[in-house]
Amino acid sequence: MHDRTISELSLGLQRGEFSSEELTTHYLQRIETYDQRLNSYITVTKEAALAMARAADRAIARGDAGPLTGVPVAQKDIFCTDGVRTSCGSKMLDNFIAPYDATTVAQFNAAGMVLLGKTNMDEFAMGSSTETSFYGAVHNPWRQGTVPGGSSGGSAAAVAARLAPAATGTDTGGSIRQPAALCGLTGLKPTYGRVSRYGMIAFASSLDQGGPMTRSAEDAALLLQVMAGFDERDSTSVDRPVPDYSAGLNGSLEGLRIGLPGEYFSDGLDAAVGAAIEQAISEYRKLGATIVDINLPHTHLAVPAYYVVAPAECSSNLSRFDGVRYGYRCTNPVDLTDMYKRSRGEGFGAEVKRRIMIGTYALSAGYYDAYYLRAQKIRRLISDDFRAAFADVDVIMGPTTPGVAFDLAARMDDPVAMYLSDIYTIAVNLAGLPAMSIAAGFVDGLPLGLQLIGDYFTEPRLLNIAHRYQQVTDWHRQWPENFD
Amino acid sequence: MKWETVIGLEIHAQLATSSKIFSAAATAYGAAPNTQACAVDLGLPGVLPVLNAEAVRMAIKFGLAINAHIAPYSVFARKNYFYPDLPKGYQISQFELPIVGLGQLTIEYEGADSEPASKLIGVTRAHLEEDAGKSLHEDFHGLSGIDLNRAGTPLLEIVSEPDMRSAAEAVAYMKKIHSLVRYLEICDGNMQEGSFRCDANVSVRPAGQQTLGTRTELKNLNSFRFIERAINIEVERQIDIIEGGGTVVQETRLYDAERNETRSMRSKEEAFDYRYFPDPDLLPVGISEDDIEAVRATLPELPDIKKARFIRDYGLNDKDAGILTASRELAEYFEQVAGVAADARLAANWVMGDLSAQLNKDGIDITASPVSASQLGAMIRRIVDKTISGKIAKQVFEAMWAGEGDADEVIAARGLKQITDSSALEAIIADIITSNPAQVEQYRAGKEKLFGFFVGQAMKATQGKANPAQLNELLKRKLQQ
Repeated sequence: MHDRTISELSLGLQRGEFSSEELTTHYLQRIETYDQRLNSYITVTKEAALAMARAADRAIARGDAGPLTGVPVAQKDIFCTDGVRTSCGSKMLDNFIAPYDATTVAQFNAAGMVLLGKTNMDEFAMGSSTETSFYGAVHNPWRQGTVPGGSSGGSAAAVAARLAPAATGTDTGGSIRQPAALCGLTGLKPTYGRVSRYGMIAFASSLDQGGPMTRSAEDAALLLQVMAGFDERDSTSVDRPVPDYSAGLNGSLEGLRIGLPGEYFSDGLDAAVGAAIEQAISEYRKLGATIVDINLPHTHLAVPAYYVVAPAECSSNLSRFDGVRYGYRCTNPVDLTDMYKRSRGEGFGAEVKRRIMIGTYALSAGYYDAYYLRAQKIRRLISDDFRAAFADVDVIMGPTTPGVAFDLAARMDDPVAMYLSDIYTIAVNLAGLPAMSIAAGFVDGLPLGLQLIGDYFTEPRLLNIAHRYQQVTDWHRQWPENFD
Repeated sequence: MKWETVIGLEIHAQLATSSKIFSAAATAYGAAPNTQACAVDLGLPGVLPVLNAEAVRMAIKFGLAINAHIAPYSVFARKNYFYPDLPKGYQISQFELPIVGLGQLTIEYEGADSEPASKLIGVTRAHLEEDAGKSLHEDFHGLSGIDLNRAGTPLLEIVSEPDMRSAAEAVAYMKKIHSLVRYLEICDGNMQEGSFRCDANVSVRPAGQQTLGTRTELKNLNSFRFIERAINIEVERQIDIIEGGGTVVQETRLYDAERNETRSMRSKEEAFDYRYFPDPDLLPVGISEDDIEAVRATLPELPDIKKARFIRDYGLNDKDAGILTASRELAEYFEQVAGVAADARLAANWVMGDLSAQLNKDGIDITASPVSASQLGAMIRRIVDKTISGKIAKQVFEAMWAGEGDADEVIAARGLKQITDSSALEAIIADIITSNPAQVEQYRAGKEKLFGFFVGQAMKATQGKANPAQLNELLKRKLQQ
């Protein structure tokens, strides 16, 4: 059962091959069996999952079911879930039971999907390896001892090990695409504003976007269908009709113009990864695409600009965690300042504190113009690069990451090396564009990802491009060993 | 040395929207603590603000009323600081691009020589922001309570130019803004409940000097009386310091009304770095010409225009028109009285005189007056048509105030109708002349002062109901015979 895609599971449920309760029980058992090795879940919502599964079975029996009714899913622990601990991977929120559902959670509930649990993540989504989690690091199912990527590493590991048919992630600088690449999955970061951020605990508000992490483009289309749409509770969500994401999956790629930015194939790229990407591009040639060399001249500024904008916004977003109303409060504070200092000092981990410090500095009087304002200008330049490129091409392709999964702890003492894991993904967030990562091969037994970047709101086209590739390749159907 | 005072005011007017500026929670005052704070107001993880369109309309209304530039593009920014009653650790406000730009208004006040004076005051800007909650330190031993009902209530912060030169001007400006926001129905103006608050920036400089002196910011000025006293006391303090050879320190000072003194809250060095930056959760506010015109169409007649019309249409003098247009409610009451009474001057005198005195005495607002405008108008009409005299009218008014009914009912019930029947009056006069031969003789001998005596006798005999003019005329004639 656990090898099936969401559309296959959906069919099995509709046909009565198995019930949602059986399916859910199966996944819960797999989590119990395998997750000690991976640490991909922070919270498993067993009782609630079984209750939801039984409700789904009743709906199916009534003939009152949608396409996803009864299909289990895991939520990144960044989405507030009514009555369930929502920790964001932090000690700060270890005791926080959310009193409301994020829009994404409510949408999955409305679709009749079964919540298996909340997945592990870098603390407040700050990291590229899921090692900054208060709940411990997550292992990559492809090789114990390597990272699954981050920050949505728990979701990636859970889906790759088939401890969930699919999961949600959030992507601020690559946090869906990079772990999807390192775990051999399909990850989609939608256009900024396409998916509601309401109830998704904010890291960097102008960059954060939720999206699906699945085994195939077909599954990603099904989940995005549930997640996309205007939300009046999120002023930055876009009021624009939601297309049928599955409708155009099989469209022809004849005449597709693929842009290859020289900047994404330069020095830092692992040669074997580069070769695999070239291999993937040649598959597209066979499907009728033409290749265009392009330039995104401001690419080298993306990481520095990001590490001003994202920390600046996070320094403000995380001010609410002050020990006053909810979350961690230090014991026996002597006064207000002591309470603030110790609650935040003890409640946040090192990486979160580092970014709060950077962001606070960047916004300070006298530095604002030199850092924050300048970074915003660079953001514009990066958007303009993409705009110019999309005048000539339909999609931009390149590697999702410079290399495959690295060893646990290898980069924890070198923040800059860690930040460079996201060198190819960050510009997309700064511009607000949609992008995907799809499995495109292996280097030394570890998966790598091909990144597809589209123009605003071209998710249907991206899904189509990914799906056609998955029809002629089977990288996305490879499973890690030892999770049968 | 002669000193000049320079004052600029920052007024916070709580906007009278029914829900908060970024959430759907209610804004009503006085609810049990934390019962009017939703997930957004509590700053729960993951929540997002959504701008209340009504608050924007109210800000535009204010901008139009002071002839200000309405920004076609304004931006909400985060003002970051930690405080327990600030749930998100930042206040959503506007910084570089406020919704209302430069505007102006005219204040009227009593000048140095007690003569009426007026002056144009610049309004630098007005911007939208959210209020914080309240910290309650009294009721919790060793702890503080937090009430977030007020958190997220919309405020319009109105910042003046440093154009005022005395406490009297500052009070006149504050009163003018107070009147304006109430005319516009964008703020209830309730100072006790904190709906209308003020901070003052005060400095002094030698008369004639161009550069400004070092200013202090006075906080907690929540009544017209306090602001006047606080500024005066602060000006004295600053002059004393400078004349004593010291220098004024730039700082924030709190006014203590009980001790009538200001004391230091925090110095410039301790001032927060608020790290303002545009709020990424909110889109910039775009306001089109059409939006502005739609709001303009809802503007009421503003006080200055109303005052000019009162002078023109009702023949009132400047001072009376100013008093009657100071509040929209008073102006509306007066217009109704004048309409029914058919004598605007008399209506003005009654509204400003007996009515206002009674309202003051009983501490009642004009909107709750026991004598309605149409009742008062009908009574004045009885003066105009000579049914009663002005003197009798005072009795009628008192009876109406006590709830004895309309003027006509009181007049009938108490038999207060004027005697205008000349034969009846002639008979009474004849009687008085017969009964007082000595006085008649003296009067006729030239002691004209005695005329008052005869009027008094006649009024006594008629219980004051004689028409005074008619009585005078008849008396004169009879006494001369």
